[in-house]
Amino acid sequence: MYETADSIAALVQGRQVHRDVYTSPEVFRQEMKHLFANAWVFVGHESQTPKPGDYFATSIGDQPVIQVRHSDGEVKVLYNRCPHKGTKIVIDRQGNTGKFFRCPYHAWSFKTDGCLLAIPLKKGYEGTGLEQTPAGKGMKAVGAVHNYRGFVFARLAEAGIGFDDFFGDSLSSIDNMVDRSPEGRLEVAGPPLRYLHHCNWKMLVENQTDTCHPMVAHESSAGTAVKLWKELGLPEDAPKPPAMEIIAPFMSPYEFFENMGIRTWPNGHGHTGVHHSIHSNYTAIPGYYEALCKSHGEEKAKAVLAENRHNTVYFPNIMIKGPIQQLRIFIPLAANRTLVESYIYRLVGAPDELLARTAMYNRMINAPTSIVGHDDLEMYERAQEGLEADGLEWVNVQRLYEEDEDFETEAVENGTTERQMRNQFHAWVKFMTMGAAR
Amino acid sequence: MTVTKDDLIDFVYDEARMLDEGRYDDWLALWLPDGHYWMPLDYQQSDPLLVTSYLYEDIFMLKLRVERLNGARTFSQKPKSRCHHVLSRPFVDRMEGDRFETWTQMHYVETRLDEQQLLALTARHELALVEGRLRIANKRVDILNCDAAFRNIQLLP
Repeated sequence: MYETADSIAALVQGRQVHRDVYTSPEVFRQEMKHLFANAWVFVGHESQTPKPGDYFATSIGDQPVIQVRHSDGEVKVLYNRCPHKGTKIVIDRQGNTGKFFRCPYHAWSFKTDGCLLAIPLKKGYEGTGLEQTPAGKGMKAVGAVHNYRGFVFARLAEAGIGFDDFFGDSLSSIDNMVDRSPEGRLEVAGPPLRYLHHCNWKMLVENQTDTCHPMVAHESSAGTAVKLWKELGLPEDAPKPPAMEIIAPFMSPYEFFENMGIRTWPNGHGHTGVHHSIHSNYTAIPGYYEALCKSHGEEKAKAVLAENRHNTVYFPNIMIKGPIQQLRIFIPLAANRTLVESYIYRLVGAPDELLARTAMYNRMINAPTSIVGHDDLEMYERAQEGLEADGLEWVNVQRLYEEDEDFETEAVENGTTERQMRNQFHAWVKFMTMGAAR
Repeated sequence: MTVTKDDLIDFVYDEARMLDEGRYDDWLALWLPDGHYWMPLDYQQSDPLLVTSYLYEDIFMLKLRVERLNGARTFSQKPKSRCHHVLSRPFVDRMEGDRFETWTQMHYVETRLDEQQLLALTARHELALVEGRLRIANKRVDILNCDAAFRNIQLLP
């Protein structure tokens, strides 16, 4: 049903998208086959595999892959599949494989760039033409890999859009996060939260720039926090505990979110918080500004800290928060199943208090035990179920819609626009239909 | 008051019953004001602050969590969740002056609508005798499958 480019393109109509983009297993299958192959997808951070032989097993769309540090220091991304019988080469989430991978089934072994190293009793393949088969080449590498300031992205497709063309100026959000380290370097801090949602992955991505839901869906958590704080009867200027600093801004009025601005870039990337954000008014940590000035100079340090972008979406399926060094990846499992993994990073050379705030934010907002996350999940899953209603087949995305919107150029708009959602669907059609028959 | 091993064991059972019956005001009154409820994310995690946990909540956050459960616009609690703790007999690991530690294995069941989940837990209570009454100084709850992907865990394991 959704084999042709025309049938996919017909699901997106400017102001609205057809519910099949969220509910149809066939659309999901096409997304795995085309969208997640043609786009540059986040794999992992290089600090997850710091030493030669270190590996990290994950997935790109529905494809099992391994991020591994090769003996030459480069990060490689290989399919997690023995070329012999298909066995996953590694099954744990991370570890060190030494100089080579060894399949646990028949002991075929491979260098950490995937090249076939040895096969036991190899004479059994003499004269069979093994070297002409895909199996004889070793573990397959993905189409292309790019390590941008520690963030490893891959494109499954052998040919396609280049890394710089795909991301363009959107990389400024990664730059800002990394530049917040006095040493210009991030390190992953501990394992990610893993949170399973019974909804389509795109609902979560759209929610990252949905600025009209916090004061509604999160009234029960952020609103109650503000109420309890008032009941303590402390003076207006009493220092707020870090928990209040994090959660109270969710209750900011519509005007705050309108004025914060949304920027969109080509290929589906965009961010909230152009002018200010819910992260703007955190208490300064002693010693941090001084450390940043020492490495960057005062002017650049000020510029780095003046940027308080809220959520930056890198299409198709991650979000980063520069000011508090977080990355969330929305891993598609099925049309109605999404695994969210939420990582935090240490700013190397910065005081520990910054990482403590980052870890606090992660558990307060992104955990399966989070009083904020609970209501988000509730909304997504109600939507996933509600979309089955046959009376209405379209989902509305027209807040601050304009005729002839051009998503191929950067734009800054009112912070409550749904332009970024439309931008994502524009890119969705582009990468779903790249090279497909009309 | 002299605290006996039975007093400590009864305390741990009583606390679990308060949570199962939703008697949160009684439960909050068990806590010392500087206590923390910690639920680590990682197996054998030693640091609550510089890596992520599921929970590391002070009294303000615990009050907020409990208050939210009864809110008119707490959408994820319409309808409400229910929970159920099954405890094995607590070990008393420490009895020194006014400070005590217990170690308890539990099965925790939480349910809402058509879903029900079972978590295997180890709870470590640091208890203190203050003005003749046992109180919670700190509580740590480790989930056996802490590294699994979870759906909402909305009440207090």
